[in-house]
Amino acid sequence: MMSPTRFVAVTAAAACLCAPVRPALAQAPAAQTPEALQQQVAALKADLARLQQDYQERLAKLEAALASLQTAPAPPPPPLPAAEPVPPSEPVAPGAPPSSSSKVFNPDMAVIGNFLGVAGKNPVDHAPAFEMREAEASFQANVDPYARADFFMSFGEAGVNLEEGFVTFSSLPGGLLVKAGKMRAAFGKVNTMHTHVLPWADRPLITANLLGGEDGINDAGVSVAHLIPNPWLFLEATGQVFRGDSEGVFASASRRDLSFVGHLRGYHDFTENSNLDLGTSYARGRSFFAGPGTVNADTDTTLVGIDATYRWKPLQRSIYRSFTARTEIVWNRTPYLDGPSTGTGFYVSGDYQFARRWFAGGRYDASDRASDLSLRDRGGSATLTFWPSEFSVVRGQYRRTVYEGADYAANELLVQMQFSIGAHGAHAF
Amino acid sequence: MRLKVSVAVTLVAAVLTAWPARAQGKLTVVTTTQDLASIAQEVGGDRVTVEAIARGYQDPHFVDAKPSFILKLQKADLLVAVGRELEIGWLPPLIQQSRNAKIQVGAAGYIDASAGARILEIPQGQITRAMGDVHPAGNPHYWLDPENGKTIAHQLAQAFSRLRPADRVGFEQRLAAFENRVSEAEKRWAAAMAPFKGAKIVTYHRSFPNFADRFGLDIVGYVEPRPGIPPTPQHTLDLIAEMKRLNVKVVLVEPYFDLKTPNSIGQATGATVLVMPPSVGGVKEITDYVSLFDYDIKLLADALRQAGSK
Repeated sequence: MMSPTRFVAVTAAAACLCAPVRPALAQAPAAQTPEALQQQVAALKADLARLQQDYQERLAKLEAALASLQTAPAPPPPPLPAAEPVPPSEPVAPGAPPSSSSKVFNPDMAVIGNFLGVAGKNPVDHAPAFEMREAEASFQANVDPYARADFFMSFGEAGVNLEEGFVTFSSLPGGLLVKAGKMRAAFGKVNTMHTHVLPWADRPLITANLLGGEDGINDAGVSVAHLIPNPWLFLEATGQVFRGDSEGVFASASRRDLSFVGHLRGYHDFTENSNLDLGTSYARGRSFFAGPGTVNADTDTTLVGIDATYRWKPLQRSIYRSFTARTEIVWNRTPYLDGPSTGTGFYVSGDYQFARRWFAGGRYDASDRASDLSLRDRGGSATLTFWPSEFSVVRGQYRRTVYEGADYAANELLVQMQFSIGAHGAHAF
Repeated sequence: MRLKVSVAVTLVAAVLTAWPARAQGKLTVVTTTQDLASIAQEVGGDRVTVEAIARGYQDPHFVDAKPSFILKLQKADLLVAVGRELEIGWLPPLIQQSRNAKIQVGAAGYIDASAGARILEIPQGQITRAMGDVHPAGNPHYWLDPENGKTIAHQLAQAFSRLRPADRVGFEQRLAAFENRVSEAEKRWAAAMAPFKGAKIVTYHRSFPNFADRFGLDIVGYVEPRPGIPPTPQHTLDLIAEMKRLNVKVVLVEPYFDLKTPNSIGQATGATVLVMPPSVGGVKEITDYVSLFDYDIKLLADALRQAGSK
């Protein structure tokens, strides 16, 4: 504890330090009585108010100066010998878009709300009648000339989760694209997609049954992607190393239990209107279901996946018509106490855009359950999606799921509303 | 075996020596639209190879960020974008995945063609998305003013010269030739449009403010109730009433929009509905920047003349 004499000494020292700034504070050491202290506080308050006023005035002046700069016509480009000067006229734009100088380095921010209503009975999946399922906040900006950062925070009703947060080095030699941080693993297609770019209100059964649930494989680590040059198609190989923790799939027991994900993607344009995207994925890590007693035995979960996406979109009518067909097959080999067991699952889906803001789609699902690979769930969905604008979506989905173990068929109606505010994000492809 | 090794070494050496030569060869230019590609080709001539991402008959706001475009950008020395957030929905992810340091935003190989151009409709005061898909930095369809075309050409000549100083004189000559050609054509276009000064028109999207401003047209309404929002019945009825009141005789529609609503407006008002391409490549006849205006002005002048004689 501080003795009274030391307190006085420290106060005095502090006062001396402050003295050049505010002479009034030089009286501080004398302030031992409550009245004196009150006076001092009053003096400080007055001081602060004066400072505040001073700064506000200066800020106002600065803002006015800035505003006049922004409304001024742009300087014509430095002339080349043969160039004609551009006649500046009233609505000429400044070289840079107007924005407050204090904000220009703020990252692009957006919040996407995902509201979900569910009707019907389902004893296995207990989604509530109404839920503000997720509010995804994104912050994205360049860090420096070499890197860019992306953060996606998912605020649910239960708490906050860092969905993704990574730095990307996009201009490395050798055509490498390196990411470090927490990210969705490059396993297949659906696993990499954020909720708001999915063509459904839910995720297919394989996500919940074989890839660990809602978030899928999502872990902290490093990702390296390389374009393989060849004259025929776009070919990208991605290799990722993660800590080895992803709920429902991998659980690391020590620092050596890393998980690995590999993905090979091929893309080819048939015509300017149609294209095919093919991928194969591989993932391996210490199983979430591995027992603590298993020594030196087979403790790894291995996943293999194949995905294909066919897209059709006539360019001249691209805002009115499109069709996308997707499929994904996943194999999951997990060691259990009574030996390893392999489960499979897949989905096939199609989405047709029949008007500028309307899409209709269907999906068929089937998947073994990682918790008990002898059980196979099956499901079918029909969706109708309306986009009032680029920034909001309303979707209705009828879903029928047959759970093998529970011997139950659930018929549900899902109604989803998504809405986005803030920076204009990139369109999904 | 020894022979094979020496052949391999020779090949590697050949590739290595050929590399720097290629680096000083033609500039590889990728543009987001065919309009910019046409201007880049005019200025660059045979010293550049130019490729555009979006087609002229496609809505430039909604282009798919296809991986095949990543391959184009990977090899580019220069990326030329329209800017003013026209490409905001698709260009940033392409640049990011291009693995090309030369064309990242802020690098020497990234050109925002709108710098120095005359930009209209910069929103004043507070803007919100309740206004539709507004572009906070102004209307991005500025290339439809030939004076802006010259400014873009000027900017590209500078960029080309900076990257290939040895070809500077050639670029400047080609720039001068292009500017002369456009200036000559401008006289022709101005003459063709002179009889219709102040003519009132309606357009589907806000694609033509610079065009209207340059050629003395008065845009009094839009088929879209707000930018990017498709037509609504009430807005269409209001527009029809307004067009009748103001005696508007022409509706311009970009080639990528549905003609159903414009046609019903045309029927209700007696106005002519013209599919008017805002870009090079919008129809087959429009092969370059000058023929874009030749085509559009002939189309519009003919329609206005007929409307006047009715």
